[in-house]
Amino acid sequence: MDTLAMHISNGIINGPVAAVFAAFALAVLALCVVRGRQDLDERLAPMAGLVAAFIFAVQMLNFPIFTGAVSGHLLGGALATMLVGPWVGTLCVAVVLIVQALVFGDGGVAMLGLNITNMAVIGTAVAYPLVALLLRLLPRTVSGLAATAVVASVVSVLAAAMGFVVQYWLGGTTDLGSGLVGLAGTMAGVHLLIGVGEGLITATTVVTVAKVRPDLVYALRGRRIVTPDTPQVPAAGGAR
Amino acid sequence: MAKRSNLFVLGGLLVALLLAGVVSNFASAHPDGLDSSLREGCVFDADDTIVGGSCPAQQAREHELADSPLADYGVRGVDNEYLSTGLSGVVGVLLTFTVGGGLFWLLRRRSDGGVARSAASGDDADPTPGGADVSATADGRR
Repeated sequence: MDTLAMHISNGIINGPVAAVFAAFALAVLALCVVRGRQDLDERLAPMAGLVAAFIFAVQMLNFPIFTGAVSGHLLGGALATMLVGPWVGTLCVAVVLIVQALVFGDGGVAMLGLNITNMAVIGTAVAYPLVALLLRLLPRTVSGLAATAVVASVVSVLAAAMGFVVQYWLGGTTDLGSGLVGLAGTMAGVHLLIGVGEGLITATTVVTVAKVRPDLVYALRGRRIVTPDTPQVPAAGGAR
Repeated sequence: MAKRSNLFVLGGLLVALLLAGVVSNFASAHPDGLDSSLREGCVFDADDTIVGGSCPAQQAREHELADSPLADYGVRGVDNEYLSTGLSGVVGVLLTFTVGGGLFWLLRRRSDGGVARSAASGDDADPTPGGADVSATADGRR
Protein backbone atom coordinates (compact mmCIF):
# COMPACT_ATOMS: atom_id res chain seq x y z
CA MET A 1 0.00 0.00 0.00
CA ASP A 2 1.32 3.40 -0.90
CA THR A 3 2.06 5.85 1.84
CA LEU A 4 -0.46 8.50 2.59
CA ALA A 5 1.31 11.83 2.55
CA MET A 6 -0.91 14.82 3.05
CA HIS A 7 1.70 17.33 4.15
CA ILE A 8 5.27 18.25 3.24
CA SER A 9 7.42 15.12 3.48
CA ASN A 10 11.02 14.95 4.60
CA GLY A 11 13.58 15.80 1.93
CA ILE A 12 11.35 18.15 -0.05
CA ILE A 13 12.72 21.35 1.52
CA ASN A 14 16.33 21.60 2.70
CA GLY A 15 17.33 21.54 6.36
CA PRO A 16 18.37 25.16 6.93
CA VAL A 17 15.14 26.57 5.48
CA ALA A 18 13.10 24.02 7.44
CA ALA A 19 14.94 25.09 10.61
CA VAL A 20 14.25 28.79 9.98
CA PHE A 21 10.55 28.08 9.56
CA ALA A 22 10.56 25.88 12.66
CA ALA A 23 11.87 28.84 14.65
CA PHE A 24 9.34 31.15 13.03
CA ALA A 25 6.45 28.76 13.73
CA LEU A 26 7.55 28.35 17.34
CA ALA A 27 7.63 32.12 17.84
CA VAL A 28 4.17 32.56 16.33
CA LEU A 29 2.73 29.71 18.42
CA ALA A 30 4.17 31.32 21.55
CA LEU A 31 2.45 34.58 20.60
CA CYS A 32 -0.79 32.66 19.99
CA VAL A 33 -0.56 31.12 23.46
CA VAL A 34 -0.16 34.58 25.02
CA ARG A 35 -2.95 36.20 22.98
CA GLY A 36 -5.15 33.12 22.92
CA ARG A 37 -5.30 33.00 26.70
CA GLN A 38 -7.41 36.17 26.60
CA ASP A 39 -10.05 34.19 24.71
CA LEU A 40 -9.70 30.84 26.46
CA ASP A 41 -12.28 30.55 29.21
CA GLU A 42 -14.05 27.52 30.65
CA ARG A 43 -16.35 27.38 27.67
CA LEU A 44 -13.88 27.95 24.84
CA ALA A 45 -11.27 25.44 26.08
CA PRO A 46 -13.32 22.26 25.48
CA MET A 47 -14.74 23.78 22.28
CA ALA A 48 -11.18 24.36 21.03
CA GLY A 49 -10.30 20.75 21.82
CA LEU A 50 -13.33 19.68 19.80
CA VAL A 51 -12.34 21.91 16.87
CA ALA A 52 -8.87 20.30 16.81
CA ALA A 53 -10.36 16.79 16.94
CA PHE A 54 -12.90 17.67 14.25
CA ILE A 55 -10.20 19.07 11.94
CA PHE A 56 -8.16 15.89 12.46
CA ALA A 57 -11.19 13.81 11.46
CA VAL A 58 -12.10 15.86 8.40
CA GLN A 59 -8.49 16.00 7.19
CA MET A 60 -8.73 12.21 6.78
CA LEU A 61 -11.58 12.68 4.31
CA ASN A 62 -9.80 13.34 1.03
CA PHE A 63 -12.35 14.39 -1.54
CA PRO A 64 -11.78 13.88 -5.27
CA ILE A 65 -10.96 16.88 -7.44
CA PHE A 66 -12.69 16.42 -10.76
CA THR A 67 -9.74 17.46 -12.91
CA GLY A 68 -8.01 14.12 -12.58
CA ALA A 69 -6.38 11.67 -10.23
CA VAL A 70 -6.03 14.29 -7.54
CA SER A 71 -7.70 14.69 -4.17
CA GLY A 72 -7.94 17.45 -1.65
CA HIS A 73 -8.60 17.68 2.04
CA LEU A 74 -9.54 20.31 4.56
CA LEU A 75 -6.71 22.42 5.95
CA GLY A 76 -8.90 23.93 8.66
CA GLY A 77 -7.57 27.46 9.10
CA ALA A 78 -10.79 29.23 8.13
CA LEU A 79 -12.95 26.80 10.11
CA ALA A 80 -10.84 27.18 13.24
CA THR A 81 -10.70 30.96 13.03
CA MET A 82 -14.48 31.23 12.66
CA LEU A 83 -15.25 28.87 15.52
CA VAL A 84 -12.60 29.75 18.12
CA GLY A 85 -10.85 32.89 16.88
CA PRO A 86 -7.49 33.46 15.20
CA TRP A 87 -5.13 32.85 18.13
CA VAL A 88 -6.68 29.69 19.52
CA GLY A 89 -7.56 28.62 15.96
CA THR A 90 -3.90 28.68 14.95
CA LEU A 91 -3.08 26.54 17.98
CA CYS A 92 -5.87 24.08 17.04
CA VAL A 93 -4.50 23.48 13.54
CA ALA A 94 -0.95 23.26 14.94
CA VAL A 95 -2.02 20.59 17.45
CA VAL A 96 -3.51 18.55 14.58
CA LEU A 97 -0.31 18.84 12.52
CA ILE A 98 1.87 17.91 15.51
CA VAL A 99 -0.22 14.81 16.28
CA GLN A 100 -0.16 13.82 12.61
CA ALA A 101 3.61 14.20 12.35
CA LEU A 102 4.50 12.55 15.67
CA VAL A 103 1.96 9.71 15.69
CA PHE A 104 0.67 9.12 12.18
CA GLY A 105 3.89 9.62 10.20
CA ASP A 106 2.24 12.33 8.10
CA GLY A 107 4.37 15.36 7.31
CA GLY A 108 8.04 15.04 8.25
CA VAL A 109 8.94 15.94 11.82
CA ALA A 110 11.78 18.04 10.41
CA MET A 111 9.21 19.74 8.13
CA LEU A 112 6.78 20.54 10.95
CA GLY A 113 7.68 24.23 11.03
CA LEU A 114 6.96 24.56 7.32
CA ASN A 115 3.64 22.75 7.56
CA ILE A 116 2.58 24.73 10.65
CA THR A 117 3.55 27.99 8.93
CA ASN A 118 1.46 27.23 5.84
CA MET A 119 -1.66 25.64 7.28
CA ALA A 120 -1.89 26.87 10.87
CA VAL A 121 -0.31 30.33 10.66
CA ILE A 122 -0.93 31.55 7.09
CA GLY A 123 -4.23 29.68 6.73
CA THR A 124 -5.63 31.31 9.85
CA ALA A 125 -3.98 34.73 9.57
CA VAL A 126 -5.37 35.22 6.07
CA ALA A 127 -8.83 33.95 6.94
CA TYR A 128 -9.44 36.05 10.04
CA PRO A 129 -9.42 39.61 8.66
CA LEU A 130 -11.55 38.40 5.74
CA VAL A 131 -14.06 36.85 8.12
CA ALA A 132 -14.22 39.99 10.24
CA LEU A 133 -14.66 42.19 7.17
CA LEU A 134 -17.23 40.03 5.38
CA LEU A 135 -19.36 39.58 8.49
CA ARG A 136 -19.62 43.37 8.65
CA LEU A 137 -20.41 43.82 4.96
CA LEU A 138 -22.70 40.90 4.26
CA PRO A 139 -26.25 40.57 5.58
CA ARG A 140 -26.33 38.80 8.91
CA THR A 141 -28.10 35.76 7.57
CA VAL A 142 -27.29 32.10 7.08
CA SER A 143 -26.27 32.82 3.49
CA GLY A 144 -24.09 35.71 4.60
CA LEU A 145 -22.32 33.45 7.09
CA ALA A 146 -21.95 30.68 4.50
CA ALA A 147 -20.58 33.08 1.89
CA THR A 148 -18.09 34.39 4.43
CA ALA A 149 -16.94 30.83 5.13
CA VAL A 150 -16.53 29.99 1.44
CA VAL A 151 -14.59 33.14 0.52
CA ALA A 152 -12.34 32.93 3.60
CA SER A 153 -11.66 29.24 2.90
CA VAL A 154 -10.76 29.69 -0.76
CA VAL A 155 -8.39 32.59 -0.06
CA SER A 156 -6.84 30.90 2.97
CA VAL A 157 -6.16 27.63 1.11
CA LEU A 158 -4.65 29.51 -1.83
CA ALA A 159 -2.46 31.53 0.54
CA ALA A 160 -1.28 28.37 2.32
CA ALA A 161 -0.43 26.79 -1.06
CA MET A 162 1.55 29.88 -2.05
CA GLY A 163 3.33 29.70 1.30
CA PHE A 164 4.65 26.33 0.19
CA VAL A 165 5.74 27.75 -3.18
CA VAL A 166 7.75 30.46 -1.41
CA GLN A 167 9.33 27.82 0.84
CA TYR A 168 10.17 25.74 -2.21
CA TRP A 169 11.69 28.77 -3.89
CA LEU A 170 13.85 29.32 -0.79
CA GLY A 171 14.89 25.76 -0.14
CA GLY A 172 13.40 23.26 -2.57
CA THR A 173 15.66 20.23 -3.02
CA THR A 174 15.06 19.96 -6.77
CA ASP A 175 16.31 22.87 -8.84
CA LEU A 176 13.28 23.67 -10.92
CA GLY A 177 14.70 26.84 -12.47
CA SER A 178 11.88 28.52 -14.33
CA GLY A 179 9.80 25.43 -13.56
CA LEU A 180 9.01 27.07 -10.23
CA VAL A 181 6.45 29.19 -12.05
CA GLY A 182 4.87 25.98 -13.31
CA LEU A 183 4.80 24.58 -9.78
CA ALA A 184 3.17 27.79 -8.55
CA GLY A 185 0.56 27.53 -11.31
CA THR A 186 -0.21 23.87 -10.61
CA MET A 187 -0.42 24.50 -6.87
CA ALA A 188 -2.69 27.52 -7.36
CA GLY A 189 -5.00 25.74 -9.81
CA VAL A 190 -5.53 22.61 -7.76
CA HIS A 191 -5.81 24.51 -4.49
CA LEU A 192 -8.42 26.84 -5.93
CA LEU A 193 -10.60 23.76 -6.35
CA ILE A 194 -9.59 22.35 -2.96
CA GLY A 195 -10.46 25.75 -1.50
CA VAL A 196 -13.99 25.45 -2.85
CA GLY A 197 -14.31 22.04 -1.18
CA GLU A 198 -12.86 23.48 2.02
CA GLY A 199 -15.37 26.32 1.73
CA LEU A 200 -18.32 23.96 1.48
CA ILE A 201 -17.16 21.96 4.51
CA THR A 202 -16.41 25.11 6.52
CA ALA A 203 -19.74 26.73 5.60
CA THR A 204 -21.73 23.60 6.47
CA THR A 205 -19.96 23.20 9.80
CA VAL A 206 -20.11 26.86 10.87
CA VAL A 207 -23.76 27.27 9.83
CA THR A 208 -24.69 24.10 11.72
CA VAL A 209 -22.97 25.29 14.89
CA ALA A 210 -24.48 28.77 14.45
CA LYS A 211 -27.96 27.27 14.29
CA VAL A 212 -27.52 25.02 17.30
CA ARG A 213 -25.33 27.21 19.52
CA PRO A 214 -24.67 30.67 18.04
CA ASP A 215 -22.87 31.60 21.25
CA LEU A 216 -20.18 29.02 20.44
CA VAL A 217 -19.23 30.66 17.13
CA TYR A 218 -16.39 33.07 17.93
CA ALA A 219 -16.87 35.09 14.76
CA LEU A 220 -20.48 35.79 15.74
CA ARG A 221 -19.77 37.06 19.23
CA GLY A 222 -21.92 40.03 20.02
CA ARG A 223 -24.24 39.36 17.11
CA ARG A 224 -26.29 36.56 15.73
CA ILE A 225 -27.61 35.45 12.45
CA VAL A 226 -31.02 36.75 11.49
CA THR A 227 -33.77 34.30 10.77
CA PRO A 228 -37.34 35.39 9.99
CA ASP A 229 -38.60 34.61 13.51
CA THR A 230 -35.69 36.14 15.43
CA PRO A 231 -36.36 39.58 16.85
CA GLN A 232 -33.72 42.10 15.85
CA VAL A 233 -31.31 43.34 18.48
CA PRO A 234 -28.66 45.95 17.90
CA ALA A 235 -25.32 44.29 17.32
CA ALA A 236 -22.73 45.07 19.94
CA GLY A 237 -19.07 44.94 19.08
CA GLY A 238 -18.88 42.35 16.37
CA ALA A 239 -16.05 40.04 15.46
CA ARG A 240 -12.93 40.89 17.35
CA MET B 1 -25.06 26.47 30.53
CA ALA B 2 -21.76 24.75 31.12
CA LYS B 3 -23.57 21.45 31.11
CA ARG B 4 -25.18 22.24 27.76
CA SER B 5 -21.79 23.23 26.34
CA ASN B 6 -20.38 19.92 27.46
CA LEU B 7 -23.25 18.15 25.73
CA PHE B 8 -22.47 20.06 22.55
CA VAL B 9 -18.80 19.09 22.76
CA LEU B 10 -19.76 15.46 23.37
CA GLY B 11 -22.09 15.49 20.37
CA GLY B 12 -19.43 17.09 18.19
CA LEU B 13 -16.92 14.50 19.32
CA LEU B 14 -19.29 11.72 18.29
CA VAL B 15 -19.62 13.26 14.82
CA ALA B 16 -15.82 13.49 14.55
CA LEU B 17 -15.47 9.85 15.65
CA LEU B 18 -17.99 8.78 13.03
CA LEU B 19 -16.20 10.75 10.30
CA ALA B 20 -12.72 9.47 11.22
CA GLY B 21 -13.85 5.96 12.15
CA VAL B 22 -16.25 5.15 9.32
CA VAL B 23 -16.48 7.81 6.60
CA SER B 24 -12.67 7.91 6.31
CA ASN B 25 -12.84 4.58 4.50
CA PHE B 26 -14.63 6.25 1.62
CA ALA B 27 -12.02 8.99 1.22
CA SER B 28 -10.30 9.43 -2.12
CA ALA B 29 -7.00 7.52 -2.34
CA HIS B 30 -5.55 9.86 -4.97
CA PRO B 31 -2.57 12.00 -3.96
CA ASP B 32 -3.65 15.36 -2.57
CA GLY B 33 -3.07 18.75 -4.15
CA LEU B 34 0.43 19.22 -2.72
CA ASP B 35 1.56 15.67 -3.39
CA SER B 36 0.25 15.61 -6.95
CA SER B 37 1.91 18.95 -7.73
CA LEU B 38 5.24 17.55 -6.50
CA ARG B 39 4.80 14.40 -8.59
CA GLU B 40 4.37 16.36 -11.81
CA GLY B 41 7.05 15.33 -14.29
CA CYS B 42 7.59 11.82 -12.94
CA VAL B 43 6.23 8.55 -14.25
CA PHE B 44 4.81 6.09 -11.73
CA ASP B 45 4.18 2.38 -12.00
CA ALA B 46 1.22 0.52 -10.54
CA ASP B 47 2.96 0.28 -7.16
CA ASP B 48 3.34 4.05 -7.03
CA THR B 49 7.11 3.85 -7.48
CA ILE B 50 8.85 6.44 -9.63
CA VAL B 51 10.06 4.76 -12.83
CA GLY B 52 11.05 7.77 -14.91
CA GLY B 53 11.10 11.50 -15.41
CA SER B 54 12.09 14.04 -12.80
CA CYS B 55 10.04 15.83 -10.17
CA PRO B 56 10.37 17.30 -6.65
CA ALA B 57 8.80 14.18 -5.12
CA GLN B 58 11.93 12.19 -6.02
CA GLN B 59 13.76 13.87 -3.16
CA ALA B 60 11.22 12.70 -0.57
CA ARG B 61 12.82 10.75 2.24
CA GLU B 62 11.50 8.34 4.80
CA HIS B 63 9.53 9.79 7.69
CA GLU B 64 11.38 9.81 11.02
CA LEU B 65 8.56 7.82 12.60
CA ALA B 66 7.56 5.63 9.67
CA ASP B 67 7.66 2.71 12.12
CA SER B 68 5.03 4.25 14.39
CA PRO B 69 2.28 1.71 15.13
CA LEU B 70 -0.20 4.21 13.65
CA ALA B 71 1.89 5.34 10.69
CA ASP B 72 -0.01 6.16 7.50
CA TYR B 73 -3.36 6.15 9.28
CA GLY B 74 -3.48 2.44 9.94
CA VAL B 75 -3.03 0.28 13.00
CA ARG B 76 -0.09 -2.07 12.67
CA GLY B 77 -1.17 -5.66 13.16
CA VAL B 78 -4.74 -5.07 12.04
CA ASP B 79 -4.98 -6.68 8.61
CA ASN B 80 -8.49 -5.62 7.70
CA GLU B 81 -7.91 -2.36 5.86
CA TYR B 82 -11.26 -0.82 6.81
CA LEU B 83 -10.87 -1.69 10.46
CA SER B 84 -7.28 -0.47 10.46
CA THR B 85 -8.13 2.92 8.95
CA GLY B 86 -11.20 3.35 11.11
CA LEU B 87 -9.40 2.46 14.33
CA SER B 88 -6.52 4.80 13.57
CA GLY B 89 -9.05 7.55 12.94
CA VAL B 90 -10.81 6.92 16.25
CA VAL B 91 -7.50 6.92 18.11
CA GLY B 92 -6.46 10.08 16.29
CA VAL B 93 -9.65 11.96 17.17
CA LEU B 94 -9.47 10.97 20.83
CA LEU B 95 -5.76 11.73 21.00
CA THR B 96 -6.15 15.13 19.33
CA PHE B 97 -9.06 16.00 21.60
CA THR B 98 -7.13 14.94 24.69
CA VAL B 99 -3.91 16.72 23.73
CA GLY B 100 -5.64 19.82 22.36
CA GLY B 101 -8.40 20.02 24.95
CA GLY B 102 -5.95 19.31 27.78
CA LEU B 103 -3.57 21.98 26.57
CA PHE B 104 -6.35 24.56 26.16
CA TRP B 105 -7.79 23.68 29.57
CA LEU B 106 -4.38 24.24 31.18
CA LEU B 107 -3.96 27.52 29.31
CA ARG B 108 -7.42 28.82 30.09
CA ARG B 109 -7.77 32.19 31.73
CA ARG B 110 -8.69 32.04 35.37
CA SER B 111 -9.75 35.52 36.34
CA ASP B 112 -9.29 34.63 39.99
CA GLY B 113 -8.97 31.24 41.56
CA GLY B 114 -12.40 30.90 43.16
CA VAL B 115 -14.56 32.28 40.39
CA ALA B 116 -13.19 29.93 37.80
CA ARG B 117 -14.16 26.95 39.89
CA SER B 118 -17.68 28.09 40.64
CA ALA B 119 -18.23 29.08 37.02
CA ALA B 120 -17.19 25.64 35.93
CA SER B 121 -19.66 23.90 38.21
CA GLY B 122 -22.58 26.27 38.50
CA ASP B 123 -22.12 28.75 35.67
CA ASP B 124 -23.96 31.34 37.73
CA ALA B 125 -21.11 33.80 37.57
CA ASP B 126 -19.76 34.93 34.25
CA PRO B 127 -16.21 36.20 34.75
CA THR B 128 -15.65 37.24 31.13
CA PRO B 129 -15.70 40.97 30.40
CA GLY B 130 -17.62 40.34 27.17
CA GLY B 131 -19.98 38.06 29.03
CA ALA B 132 -23.01 40.29 28.65
CA ASP B 133 -22.95 39.98 24.88
CA VAL B 134 -22.46 36.28 24.96
CA SER B 135 -25.26 35.48 27.35
CA ALA B 136 -27.61 37.93 25.61
CA THR B 137 -26.98 35.96 22.44
CA ALA B 138 -27.64 32.70 24.19
CA ASP B 139 -30.82 33.90 25.88
CA GLY B 140 -32.33 35.25 22.69
CA ARG B 141 -31.95 31.92 21.00
CA ARG B 142 -34.79 29.41 20.95
